[in-house]
Amino acid sequence: MLMNDKVPLIREKALWMRRTAFTMVHRAQLGHPGGDFSAMDILATLYFGVLNFDAKRPDWPDRDRFVMSKGHATGALYSALCAAGYFPEDWLQTYMQPKSLLNGHPNRNYLPGVETNTGPLGHGFPVATGIAIAGQLTGATYRTFVLTGDGEQQEGSNWEAAMVAGHRKLSHLTLIIDRNRLQQGAGTEETSGLDPLDDKYRAFGFDVVEVDGHDHAALLAVLGAAPASKPRCVIANTTKGKGVSFMENVASWHHGVPNAAQYDQAMKELV
Amino acid sequence: MATVTPTAAGLQDCRNAWVATLEQLAEADPRIVAVVNDSVGSSKLNSFQKKFADRLINVGIAEQVMVGVGAGLANGGRIPFVSAASCFITGRALEQVKADLAYANFNVKLVGQSSGVAYGELGATHHSIEDFAWLRPLTNLTVIVPADAWETAEAVKWAAQHDGPVYLRLSRMPVPDLDIPNRTFRPGKAEVVREGSDIAIIACGTTVHLAADAAEVLQAEGIHARVLNFSTINPLDEAALHRAAATGAIVTVEEASIRGGLGGAVAEFTSANQPVPVERVGFPGFLPTGSTDWLFQEYGLSPEGIAAAAHRALKRKA
Repeated sequence: MLMNDKVPLIREKALWMRRTAFTMVHRAQLGHPGGDFSAMDILATLYFGVLNFDAKRPDWPDRDRFVMSKGHATGALYSALCAAGYFPEDWLQTYMQPKSLLNGHPNRNYLPGVETNTGPLGHGFPVATGIAIAGQLTGATYRTFVLTGDGEQQEGSNWEAAMVAGHRKLSHLTLIIDRNRLQQGAGTEETSGLDPLDDKYRAFGFDVVEVDGHDHAALLAVLGAAPASKPRCVIANTTKGKGVSFMENVASWHHGVPNAAQYDQAMKELV
Repeated sequence: MATVTPTAAGLQDCRNAWVATLEQLAEADPRIVAVVNDSVGSSKLNSFQKKFADRLINVGIAEQVMVGVGAGLANGGRIPFVSAASCFITGRALEQVKADLAYANFNVKLVGQSSGVAYGELGATHHSIEDFAWLRPLTNLTVIVPADAWETAEAVKWAAQHDGPVYLRLSRMPVPDLDIPNRTFRPGKAEVVREGSDIAIIACGTTVHLAADAAEVLQAEGIHARVLNFSTINPLDEAALHRAAATGAIVTVEEASIRGGLGGAVAEFTSANQPVPVERVGFPGFLPTGSTDWLFQEYGLSPEGIAAAAHRALKRKA
């Protein structure tokens, strides 16, 4: 199958995931929809175009791993895992309810398909680095993908991981940065600037690729490309809140929640 | 470097038992790997590195990624022993220990080296006396403090076959082998070092042999002290604590802060279940400059100091 044949499926799944995540956030009146929506096309591309997995065997040793380091974006992660078949759709209705398996941040002991517990920022990349080292030690062929927010790159633990991954030439590791340029309260560049991110990662020993983080065909080409000799860093340029007009590029939608009118409006736009 | 008391005859550096056991286990099980933060020498892993070069993962001086990599290696089916000075592996990487190991419940073994005040004169930055208080509340994390070389080896073996996160708190301080016949290592269970019914002395790690010597001092005064080697700090052996409280008075002894550690755990338990006087021997907080031996003497981590604490507890006994 040609890679681009997968694009219509990815587009369809990304739309379903956006509608599903916004419905979860609306019902719970809790969540992080801005970051969910900037990451949604990346997750849809991974789960429906790139990752080699079997939802019926979440512990399959040779599976590709996806680590959601921006653990607050559970609207995106849970809708992706559900669409990928890891758990039934009715579980989504319990999002953040008492004793729900769908906690505000993912827990691998609650849900199949969650590779590690995240939530505090700067944890996923080091863990993904360890997963990739395990693969390198054993000559395994699986690949490891980790998604961080861009504001999250301010956490120093990421740069510890970058040194280790570059030093060990972890070719089967791909770091994806959701570069929406907004963190919780303001822009990344006015808070503690990240640019030039590409030069930083090149200096740490990564192959760096920039991509439109909402272009499924482009994402598919970049994320699906075979491993080379170094770890890869994909800077995915995205729009926080992408797909809903009133959320796009508005920092307060980081953890904003919709009222009934906003929910109806979003559902009209997400078609 | 740090104070290391010369190894007198009959005393052992438990790190030798740790590395010898790890190498044996690694020979038999290719999944076992070691992760360090430039701490090959202080963890005594030079020989391991020679034998299993690719299975010694040195991430450099970077404790957060060291612990995170441990979790990732476990995800990838390895059994990592992550070894570094206790002060850094706990304090510097505490959130990784909490979230990546305990909360995620990954099969990772943390090995804290040179715990307590082993680094003596190097001061409070290098002392690890807060680690019990930091780690004891973490669900899923078994915390074990071996008291001698035999128990160190047994704890390493047990940790390797246990599916879950473990913190092994080791020391470089030379200690004698405990004189207990027919020993069996039972994680989560206190070991009776000596029977007695007047008072219970609950100790762990490097202080257990001092507690046993204190019991000798008390014996000469006609006081029969039960001595427990409480090598598992989390989870607590509640049955042993019930029996200890039944003596009517308790002394706790630890090479750690008296706030939130073994003494704190015993006080929590007794106040809720069986209130009895509890005297805690340990360190009050940041410590003045001094050698390990001097700090032990100064703060009563000695047979005489422990016996004096026993007298204080007995005076309060109903």
